[in-house]
This record gives sequence, structure tokens and C-alpha cells, in this order.
Amino acid sequence: MPPSVGWIWLVVLLPFAGFVANGLLSFLKPSAKRAVSTIGVGVLVAAFGLAVAVVLGVARDPNDAPYLIHLWNWLPVGDLNIGVTFQVDQLSSVMLMVITGVGTLIHIFSIGYMREDDGYARYFAYLNLFIFFMLILVLGASFPLLFVGWEGVGLCSYLLIGFWYTEKANADAGKKAFIMNRIGDFGFLIAMFMIYRATGTLNFTEVFATAPQVFQVAGPAITAITLFLFLGCTGKSAQIPLYTWLPDAMAGPTPVSALIHAATMVTAGVYLVARTNMLFAMAPVSSAVVATVGAVTALWAASIALKQWDIKKVLAYSTVSQLGYMFLGVGVGAYASGVFHLVTHAFFKALLFLGSGSVIHAMHKAYHHTHRHDDAQDMRNMGGLRHWMPWTTGVMWVATLAIAGVPGFSGFFSKDEILAAAFARGQEHWLFYLLWVLGTVAAFLTAFYMARLMLYTFHGPNRTGEAEREHLHEAPWVMTGPLLVLAAGSAIGGLLNLPEVLPGAGWLEHWLAPVTSGSGLYLPEAALAHGTEWTLLLVATLLALGGLYAAWHFLKPEALTTAAEAPAETGFGLVLNRKYYIDEIYQGVIVRPLVWLSDRLLWRTVDKGVIDGAAVNGSAWALRGLGWVGSLLESGAVGWYVVVFVTGVLGLLYFVAR
Amino acid sequence: MLLGPALGVSAVLFALGVAGVLLRRNVIIVFICVELMLNAVNLTFVALAQELGPNGQVIVFFVMAVAAAEAAVGLAIILAIFRHKQTVDLQDINLLRG
Repeated sequence: MPPSVGWIWLVVLLPFAGFVANGLLSFLKPSAKRAVSTIGVGVLVAAFGLAVAVVLGVARDPNDAPYLIHLWNWLPVGDLNIGVTFQVDQLSSVMLMVITGVGTLIHIFSIGYMREDDGYARYFAYLNLFIFFMLILVLGASFPLLFVGWEGVGLCSYLLIGFWYTEKANADAGKKAFIMNRIGDFGFLIAMFMIYRATGTLNFTEVFATAPQVFQVAGPAITAITLFLFLGCTGKSAQIPLYTWLPDAMAGPTPVSALIHAATMVTAGVYLVARTNMLFAMAPVSSAVVATVGAVTALWAASIALKQWDIKKVLAYSTVSQLGYMFLGVGVGAYASGVFHLVTHAFFKALLFLGSGSVIHAMHKAYHHTHRHDDAQDMRNMGGLRHWMPWTTGVMWVATLAIAGVPGFSGFFSKDEILAAAFARGQEHWLFYLLWVLGTVAAFLTAFYMARLMLYTFHGPNRTGEAEREHLHEAPWVMTGPLLVLAAGSAIGGLLNLPEVLPGAGWLEHWLAPVTSGSGLYLPEAALAHGTEWTLLLVATLLALGGLYAAWHFLKPEALTTAAEAPAETGFGLVLNRKYYIDEIYQGVIVRPLVWLSDRLLWRTVDKGVIDGAAVNGSAWALRGLGWVGSLLESGAVGWYVVVFVTGVLGLLYFVAR
Repeated sequence: MLLGPALGVSAVLFALGVAGVLLRRNVIIVFICVELMLNAVNLTFVALAQELGPNGQVIVFFVMAVAAAEAAVGLAIILAIFRHKQTVDLQDINLLRG
């Protein structure tokens, strides 16, 4: 084992130490903002530096086997012995880089964004705690330890969505996220129980080693396990049917949206599928379900993003859509491609969110100066911001070109690889051609809604207001600096894994090969001819450019009115604007009947009626009645007692003498 | 000899005692009726001792001793009740009525 890998525990401990320190400061001295930023960002920078050393150690070592760093025994129960053990291998190295790298940038950005917030220390404490749990999630060497991280990031997500908890909508959004995730976690737990029952262990290496012996390929057991695991993924990674919490999660501070709800936490589901690729490869039906849900979600969410006006809502649905691509990738067996898109998405989506944060920051300040209370996140109130925010506009364009899939930018390569992998499986079953079509149409919509966002936000006339306009200004360097780094990543991130037709191709795929090689046995060979691959690249390019052009050509920012005077949406636009009414449908079909059942049947009938009424009070009433009957005998007249007594004696005598 | 008449007398005495306890209201009378029953039993013991040996006579002494003690306690209770309630009528002593 390389010496640096032995220090992995410190990478995990540093953010936790930051959480403890900042948590104490938030109680004792919340005004010490300089100390809070030093600690909060310092631990992340240190963790990132150490993580780089660890990953370099992994890269230099010719041995491909994962390193298991056992710290202590956690749950020794009978045959089951779960330790606090970290697994450092190629996949967790990639995640380690994304979490600490992007995490550090977002922490730095937060210094500027949250500077004037009263909860500054609390914010950084939560953010550090989140990094701690996220590292546990990707480093845990067993399902239970991964689950600890899985739940921990859910907790931090809840805390940060409801960060401004004095407004009920924010607190509700936090609860919604938590409850939606709970549904998914139920699936995760069931899957864990089933895995233990079948294999007798929960450590990744042992489960994957014994899986070929205990599971029948495509058998019911492995299919059920993977489907339950995927239910967990749909909750955490916001896929149909559990995606509705993610757009609401935008109630939190914008850097939180960038870190948790775009770059890291929501990709945990993709990580889980990639980590358990062995199991999913043995269950072709589950893999097809994963791919189908991914592709449908990609298109579904992209179409909703077309008609959102809140800049963060557009990006939220875009995130759901891009996560769908990742699931399409891991569903068709292209695990490296899914992880590749995870990495590039972490760059460009974090950049988009931070860029929108920079915009919201400026809008908020401008409105604050004139004491207006308009919506600082509504694109109808923006427009023409490139005159005031040139840097933000520039980096946002880089991210837009990357997510739209314009050749040369990172998103082009990762998205194309996923679509090519889906297309290649088409020879095996027509379903995969259909998934490819869905993904391709979604790619077109992606280009369209991103161009729409850019057009309405940064171009055309300004709609902010006469008095407010002069207060618009570019964000401070502490905010634009991280944006520039992320922009560089968004631009050149594609170099990690170039397509096969280019020289130096597939670096990330080779890097991840030790993790994904076990599943290769169960996946069909699906290679594309070079001619087909070039054609797919051409189609993807044309669609991306076509989407950008269509938005540019057909949308007219000059005709837009501010949010306050906007006309009502009509027709299908209204359906999209109201998100296909899914929230209302869930409310009507699931929440209302459930509340009715709980309120009328379970509470009023079963609990108050049967248990409280019949069982508890009923037995008391019955005993009181019995006591009343007994008390009738106690007349207080001694003569009566003697009569009873003598009658009893005579009765006894009769029986004895008989 | 004389066993039948003796048992008959004791049965009559016992029945009188029971009737007195059941029917009279005055605590003193009730108390005396209890003594009557005790002595009816004593008479039975003595009569049977003629046939069966002296054990019965020993028990009669026991009963007389216990009855003396009981009379002391019983009369004391009656006195206490009278001091408390100014009556010895059973009808008025009904604190335990349900």
C-alpha cells in the first residue's frame, strides 16, 4: 500500500473537525466570520491536498486491487462483522477528487455569497459536515458504512435546504426532500437485508466475489436486490418517480444547490450503481429498468425546464435531466461513461449554479438598495446582465456550451459516450434504440433551454428597473475566482475520456477498468463501427447547435415583460410551467388519501375509537361497572352480612356433608 | 344416655343464637346471642365427650377462655362505638356501605 493511502482517515476527519469547530463558533461567537472562513475553507483545502496525494499513490501503484484501510470494528454481531473500513480504489479516487475539488471551490465561493448572512458559522458547519458524510459515502467499504454516509448527506441536505428556516416554504422543502429520500432508503435497506441473506456478508469486495456463486444470472433474487437498490437511487438522485424534491430543494442557498443538489450528493445514486456494477450486470432486467428510467427522466425533466422562469428551477430540472443521462449510461452497462458524465456534470453544473448564484447575488443587492421586493431569481426580471457581469456571462457561456454538448467541451464527450453506448446495445434489443432516441431528443431540448436561460438572463434589454440598474455589478473575486477554475474544468474535462475514434482515448475507462472488469463477463460485447460512431457524433453536434440556434432564433427577449406584469401561460406551455401537475397529482393521489387514511381511519377510528375508546377506556368502564355490581352487596347492614354468611356456611355444610 | 336430648337442646340454643344475630338490632343483644351460640357448641362438646373421651372437655375450656377474651374485646369495641355515635343500633352502624 502506498504510504499516502494510509492517511485517508485524515481526509475524512478534517471536514469533521471543521464541522465541530464551526459548530462551536456558531454558538459561542457567530460574529467571528474570519475565523469561520479560515477553518471552513482551510480544512477543505487540506483535505483536497491530502486527497491528491492519496490518488497519486493509487495511480503510481501497479497493483489494481482496492486498498482496504480498517480502522475499528463497528458492528460485530454473530457472523456479521462490519468494520469502519475505507475502500480506496479507482472509483472512490474519482469521487474523492470531485468531492474535495469541487467542494473546495464552492466553499471559497460561499465566503463571498454568504458574507452578510447571520448564520454564517452555522452554514459552514453544515457544509463541512456534508463533505464529511459524502466522503464516508464514497469511501465506505461496506453497504452499511455507505448507508451511514447516504443518510448523513440526506441530513445535511435537509439542514441546508431549510437553512433559512424562518420561512415556512423553505422548511417544507426540506421536509419534502427528507421524506422523498426516506421512500428510497426503504428500498436500499431491503436490498441490504436481501444481500446479507444471500451472501452472508455486506463488505463490497466479499459480496462481489461471492455473487457469481450464490446468484443465478437474471434470477429473481439478484433482480429484486438491484431493483430495490435502484429505488434507493431514484430517491437520492431524483429520478422518476421520486424526483419532485430536487426542484424544491432550490430553497437553500445557491452554493448549496451547486454542491449538494448538482455536483455531489445527487450523484450518489449513480455512484452506487457503478459501485455495485457486478450485481447490476448480473440482472439485465434491472439494468434495462435503470436505463429506461434514466432516459425517460432525462427527456421529462428537460421538457419541464423549457418553461420555468426561476433561473434556479431551470438548472434544477436540468440536473434531474443530466442525472437521467448518467443512469442511462450505467443502465446500458457503460459504467465508466456514467461516471465520466458524473465528473463533467460536476464541473459544468456546479459552474452554472455558482454563476446563477453570482447573478442572484447582484440582483438581490440591486433590489436591496432600492428596497424593492421583486423576485431576484426570476429571469423575467433580468436581461442584458452581460453589460454589468462580463466574467459571469463568459463562464456561464462555457458551462452552457459544455452542457449543451458543443464539440470540444466536456459535456459533448461524456453525453455522446452514453448515447453511443445505448445505441450500440440496440443490436441486442430495440428498446435501446428507443432510449437512444429519447436521450437524443433530450439533448436537443437541453441545448434549447440553456440557450433560453442565457438569452433571457444575460442578453436582450434589461428589465430590472431604472433605479435598480445602476446598482448591478460583478461579484467579488472570491466568487468569480472559483467560477474561472470550474470553467476551465468544464471546457477541457472531456480530455479525461476521449471517444475511441480520437487518439489518447478512454483514459478514465482504463482507469476504472479494475472496478468494472468483474461485470464485463455478464455484459454483451457491443462495439460500434467507426463509421457509425462518427455519424452519432455528427448527429449529436447538429442537435446541440440546432438547439442553441433554435432558441436564439425563435425566442424574443425584447418582447418579455417583468414577472409582475407577465401574461398567464396558456396551452401546453402552462402544463410545462406547472411541471405536468405532478406535484398536484402526488398531492391528490398519494398525500391526500394517505392523510385521509391516517386521519379518519388510523387516528380517529383505530387509535381514538378502538385503542383509546374500546381497549383503554372500555376496560376501565367495564371494571367500574363490575365494581358497582359488587358494591351492591355492601349494604352496610350487619344483618344482611350475617344472612349471607349463614347462607354460605349452610351451603358449604350441605356440600361437605353430602 | 341423654346424648340425644343434650344434642337437641344445643341445636335449639344454637338456632336461637343465630336467629338473634340475624334479627335483633341492638349490638349488645347480638353479642349475647353470639355467646349463646358458643355455649351451644360447648354443650355439644361436653355431651359427646361422654361417648368419645375427654378431648371435647379440653376444647370446651379453650372455647371458654377465648370467649372471655372475645367478650373483653367485643365489649370494648361496643363501648367505643357508643362513645362515638351515641347509639348501639346496628342500623346506624353502616360506615362500610358501598
